[in-house]
Amino acid sequence: MNIELFSQYLVAGLTYGIIYSIVAIGFNIIYNTTGIINFAQGEFVMIGGMTAVTLYNFMPMPLAIAAAVIITMIIGALIEIVFIRWLVSPSVLRMIIITIGISIITREIALHVWDEKVRALPYFTGTAVTSISIGGVHISPQVIWVVGICTLVVLVLNFFFSYTLLGKQMRACSSNRNAARLCGISAKNMVTLSFVLSAGIGALAGCIVSPITYVQYDSGTGLAIKGFTVAVLGGLGNSMAAVAAGIILGVLESFSIWIMPTAFKDAISISILLLILFVRPGGIFGNKEALSLKEF
Amino acid sequence: MLKIKNLETSYGKLKVLRRISMHVSPGEIVTIIGANGAGKTTLLNTISGLVPAASGEIQFSKENIFNLSTEKIVFMGCSLVPEGRQVFAAMSVKENLLLGGYVLHKRKQKKILDQEMEKVFELFPILKEREKQFAGTLSGGEQQMLAIGRSLMAKPKMIMMDEPSMGLAPLIVKDIFRVVRGLRDAGNTVLLVEQNAKAALGIADRGYVLETGRIIVQGPSEDLLANKDVQRAYLGREVE
Ligand SMILES: Nc1ncnc2c1ncn2[C@@H]1O[C@H](COP(=O)(O)OP(=O)(O)OP(=O)(O)O)[C@@H](O)[C@H]1O
Ligand SMILES: [Mg+2]
Repeated sequence: MNIELFSQYLVAGLTYGIIYSIVAIGFNIIYNTTGIINFAQGEFVMIGGMTAVTLYNFMPMPLAIAAAVIITMIIGALIEIVFIRWLVSPSVLRMIIITIGISIITREIALHVWDEKVRALPYFTGTAVTSISIGGVHISPQVIWVVGICTLVVLVLNFFFSYTLLGKQMRACSSNRNAARLCGISAKNMVTLSFVLSAGIGALAGCIVSPITYVQYDSGTGLAIKGFTVAVLGGLGNSMAAVAAGIILGVLESFSIWIMPTAFKDAISISILLLILFVRPGGIFGNKEALSLKEF
Repeated sequence: MLKIKNLETSYGKLKVLRRISMHVSPGEIVTIIGANGAGKTTLLNTISGLVPAASGEIQFSKENIFNLSTEKIVFMGCSLVPEGRQVFAAMSVKENLLLGGYVLHKRKQKKILDQEMEKVFELFPILKEREKQFAGTLSGGEQQMLAIGRSLMAKPKMIMMDEPSMGLAPLIVKDIFRVVRGLRDAGNTVLLVEQNAKAALGIADRGYVLETGRIIVQGPSEDLLANKDVQRAYLGREVE
């Protein structure tokens, strides 16, 4: 393998990795405010992508993406209000069953609304064969879009949780729900907000990857598994670690093609997931201190 | 200020509070003493709306707060310093206080919020020094001060404290009790739950003794301190 090919693999790995990170951050936001894993997270990604593709028939792409993100956020809020909000301290098992149920129903509805055709937004700039050469490595402009937008999302989220009162309220709720309520903060609204945020982030991810990975009524599941693996790998609830973990998984997958048949690519994340769950359920970056001082 | 009548609370089938009636008048320190498991925390949590009450009446500043949401009760001016401090560990001291002042922020009283923050720092200068430190890294005593400060930030009409002396060195306990007294002298109303009966009765105007969910004795602190049953059970003094 020459250096050029190596770089190509690396770039591809980074691209997928950062997408996984974004999906993982979606998991983490809901996990932190509610303690539940939202197994319908991948469906947010799918809805975002599908809606954007449909809206693109009627409006310019930036507008279609913005509208798709907002629509998915509203769906996220509705899901929380209808299925989650009224539950009084539900058990973890019940929550798992409910979110898996939401995921199945959403997929079925998507199948009826859209059919099973594979769709995609066009490349944001150029076409599938356009490439920019950076230091001898040929990169598709879409990769730059993906990396750029995802980085922006991470930065904006970080700012939101560190410096805005609303972000602090959400962190207070994840840190200690009752203490937050004793400050007058509505924990229920924070949970709804966490669904809205996760849905929005997922939808945005769905839009920007669709030119590369395509989108279909059931394509949320695959991404959700990758995102979940990354969230667990980084340590549930730890979003900055999720970025690192996402890139690790993406790069591992990418280089696996070099030693294994492509068909095994997806098996990697499942193996990593199982391995981590058995060996280090706290995640690779997880340590006792991080668990007790958990952040957004 | 606070008026409770025949309050009952259960956890499932377990009845924890039985027909509790009590009141707190403005400007008083009232203490509730009792052994482990008597139901003291349950009582405060029920008043705050964290635990749903089964039956009875709770009035706060002439309004019915029975089974209102915790958030609403806090907005009405009834704050709780919860048992075991429960600070936001991964947030700075300043952020903790800021969140405590969320009520004022929501009412757009930014000036008052700044004033309250200054007052808290005057009350507990150590918090000013530790302003930027994570609350989780504070000592137990400092965390208790932060928890009290956080509740005060809401500028409550009445502040309830659940065992503020728990697990603290005698010197720090003295400090905290001095602050509680100072709060009353500044015109605040305090409902203080304590296992440290002697210290609590020492600063309180009146007291209630809670035993397995019932109030068995009540009265002015001096009377309770002189009461033989109270002395035997809670003040660790043998009576001949
Ligand atoms: N969430 C709960 N579910 C079930 N039972 C509970 C719960 N919380 C408290 N109890 C029970 O209610 C009783 C009263 O508990 P509570 O915490 O109110 O006592 P306490 O007077 O505050 O005790 P301590 O001095 O140890 O803090 C205890 O028997 C306890 O086991
Ligand atoms: Mg207690």
